[in-house]
Amino acid sequence: METRSSSGLDQFCSLLVERPGLTFLDLAGVSQSTVAFVTEQGHRIYSDDFLLQMDRCFGDGDFYENQADPEKVAKFLDTALDYPAQHFDGALVWDTLEFLSGPLLETVVERLSHMLRPGAYMLALFHSEERAETIPTYSYRISDRKTITLAPRGRRRPAQYFNNRSLEKLFHDFESVKFFLTRDHLREVIVRR
Amino acid sequence: MWNRRKEEEQPAPKPVAAQLPAQPARPLPAKEGIPMSTVPSRPAESFDAPRTGNAVLGKSVVVKGQILSREDLTIDGEVEGTVEMQEHRLTIGPNGKVRASVKAREVIVLGTLHGNVETGDRIDIRKEAKLVGDIKTARIVIEDGAYFKGNVDIIRAEVPRPAAAAPAASAPRPVAATPTPVSAPSSSPAMAAGAGEIKR
Repeated sequence: METRSSSGLDQFCSLLVERPGLTFLDLAGVSQSTVAFVTEQGHRIYSDDFLLQMDRCFGDGDFYENQADPEKVAKFLDTALDYPAQHFDGALVWDTLEFLSGPLLETVVERLSHMLRPGAYMLALFHSEERAETIPTYSYRISDRKTITLAPRGRRRPAQYFNNRSLEKLFHDFESVKFFLTRDHLREVIVRR
Repeated sequence: MWNRRKEEEQPAPKPVAAQLPAQPARPLPAKEGIPMSTVPSRPAESFDAPRTGNAVLGKSVVVKGQILSREDLTIDGEVEGTVEMQEHRLTIGPNGKVRASVKAREVIVLGTLHGNVETGDRIDIRKEAKLVGDIKTARIVIEDGAYFKGNVDIIRAEVPRPAAAAPAASAPRPVAATPTPVSAPSSSPAMAAGAGEIKR
């Protein structure tokens, strides 16, 4: 397992100290360190493994072709993103959006926006290597407010490449979009609902 | 003579627990991290045959309904309904499939649990375990490899308020809310080469 510093996480964590009793969504799968980090500060955390949910719904056959199947999409949205409106004060989606193709990606971002309260932050990561056929995937865990631990989960083909322009377009419904450009081919994005 | 025979027939006194040979320490399973509570936790035990005195639902047992237990319980079969054992420990064994709301002092999950869990002390989710439901607990331990979907809500013990006359400096700090100090982001080899923000 490796660790990396994260300005995006640091920015996200500024929300945690605002007031206790907030509710966060973590889509990296449950980990002791993230649960401990969030709950020790008096907050609630909702965990799910978004990549695992994707694999369960779309993994049988062509992963991206299956994302155009309405039945599979409906099942995925019902199992992975069935949360009430404005339920969360923050969401950690990590790099999961990179593995969703076109229309489904837009639907998922809309759902995330719907689930977040006004003023909530969302942290997402996007690889910035334009020509990479596959990219490494990880389980992301919070070590402290500026450090992420990365537990490798193999490599995957991303659905598309994102630059700043395409990210702005993707998050056009959000109040603000902030980029942190890193030297290790990762773009950290903080969006505010 | 009769008296002597009677003496011979007297059963030998039973050895007390303290006289038993010391058990070799079992190796602890690898954990991802330390339990999040500052309260020292008991060492985690690997799943073995339950200790004597525990109730056990074996792997071929199916129960539908309400379970109320006044002793520790191990479920290695299937249960659907509710499980309440406020003062005791529930262990869901590797073959256990529980679809129920659970209230117990302590819960150890090695199998599958669908339902909300409330524990007075702690919940221990071992690797290979699958838990779907919301958790309310004082402490939680999650092993790497466990699957969990749901909410974690940590119940914090009420800390008695200091007397009004007590000086603020000597007041005990609450258990909850230990915010991380806010500091400016520092640069590191992997870190930001620049940042941009779009506000609407």
